Amino acid sequence: MPQNEWDKQLSPIRHRLADVECKAPNRWYLPCEAEHVYEVCRFLFYDLGLRFVISTGIDAEDCFEVLHHFSDDASGTMVTVKAFIRDRESPQIDSITPLIPGAEWTEREIHDLLGIGFRNHPNLQRLILADDWPEGVYPLRKEVQT
Amino acid sequence: MKEALRKSVLAVGPFHPLQEEMEFFQLTVDGEKVTDIDVRISYNHRGIERLSETLQFDQVPYLVSRVCGICSASHPLAYVQAAEEIAGVRPPERALYVRTIINELERIHSHLLWVGLAGHFIGYDTVFMWAWKYREPVLDLLEEITGNRNNYGNVKVGGCREDIPDEMRPKILRELDQIEKKTEMLTKAVLDDPVLHARLKGVGVLTKADGIGYAVTGPTARGSGIAIDVRRDDPYAAYDDLDWKVISQPEGDVFAKAVVRLLETFESIKMVRQALERLPKGPVAVEVKEIPPGEGCGHAEAPRGETFHYVRSDGGNRPVRHKIRAPSYVNVPSFKASCIGADIADVTLTLAAVDPCYSCTERIAVVDGRHNVIRDYAELLRLSREKTARLRRDLGVPEMKLEDR
Repeated sequence: MPQNEWDKQLSPIRHRLADVECKAPNRWYLPCEAEHVYEVCRFLFYDLGLRFVISTGIDAEDCFEVLHHFSDDASGTMVTVKAFIRDRESPQIDSITPLIPGAEWTEREIHDLLGIGFRNHPNLQRLILADDWPEGVYPLRKEVQT
Repeated sequence: MKEALRKSVLAVGPFHPLQEEMEFFQLTVDGEKVTDIDVRISYNHRGIERLSETLQFDQVPYLVSRVCGICSASHPLAYVQAAEEIAGVRPPERALYVRTIINELERIHSHLLWVGLAGHFIGYDTVFMWAWKYREPVLDLLEEITGNRNNYGNVKVGGCREDIPDEMRPKILRELDQIEKKTEMLTKAVLDDPVLHARLKGVGVLTKADGIGYAVTGPTARGSGIAIDVRRDDPYAAYDDLDWKVISQPEGDVFAKAVVRLLETFESIKMVRQALERLPKGPVAVEVKEIPPGEGCGHAEAPRGETFHYVRSDGGNRPVRHKIRAPSYVNVPSFKASCIGADIADVTLTLAAVDPCYSCTERIAVVDGRHNVIRDYAELLRLSREKTARLRRDLGVPEMKLEDR
């Protein structure tokens, strides 16, 4: 999708986004703060009709990132909402599962592996880790040695 | 009594000495109707995403080809596309064609495998035997091209490891002719069979709205009228240069998914032929010295749906984060929409219809509070086959015959 057309599409939520980055042809990244993620995803999924693909959780240098990847199949564009969670002590973000049932597993997985809490998730149980896995150990955090 | 039931359920699955993979479906039923389904996964989690962070960029394709034995061309392809996106590298034309040929051969063998299994689940073992027999030469071709029947390890960042020698072309074309003839016979037999119509139509329906909500992909989506296919929507490899069409069916039932897979097999055969015809001359790889800092997404249409890889690099020689999403990860949760309200005789088939890495369908326990019985996988398979036999009797149709010519 060309830049100007894309800017027009995004204008209703542009004030929620820190930036709009194009890192390769057909690859757009929308960085924003964690509190805006629900609204941005609702807009992309319902108003623009993008297909939800998956979410990625990342333990970055000074914050946690939750990336929700969407796909615009009509133009072959991948759109990634990149939410920053600044609070490393008790990371929390709004769940998008109430909007998109397909996000249930991936949010449970991020909760297991990175210890990020998803507010309003309907079923935030363990998905990946065993029942007897110790509390407070999150395998995808950088402090865990491989 | 309820306590006793709960204990017995724990004893069935997810591990069973006869079967290969672990996944646990607990169905709650009322009489013959399914009222709830609970899916448990991760009995055999291999930590591949974390392992990937310990490997160098050019070692990762070998790791991700082991995500799944059947989709072992699609995963590395999606990964190298993500890495190439970060590096800003475009592989040589010939490499793009070689990638296309291997991926389409993979789709042919995977779809034939599924058709065989679907036949097995409803008691049509003839279909099972024939489909798997026709699939075998495809695996032989892949072995001759890449050295392996699965886990091909043929793509690398910047191109391909092995070329398809020009001398192999006549042999591949000859085999394709054979496969096309057999698949035509199989398709005709399946689509014309009145028992299969009665057995598969209206079963395990996933509506278009549910499909979008659960974000399903691949034949599961296309069988529900969601005509998406990343080969067309965001073309990679050489798909943009080839002439083919996306197959989709509106009904959303098991029959629609079977039709999609069978017709897609012909499209794949067509694509391999065209790619062989147009195979450009030249090298199959360029050298990629380093991956700069950045992030990239790669996706490829695997036989079961879109595989998606997200890679982040900090400029070192290893990815700092590598997210993998296989198609079954979004297709399996859609059982919540397609199984509830269905007959238990149809459950094995409905589960199998999304092709969820074969043995994922095999770990089923049914809790039937009213009749106080616990049914296991073998019992469900029996129910499914009995239903087919009953339909066959009612319709007065003899068992399907396929000729081997």
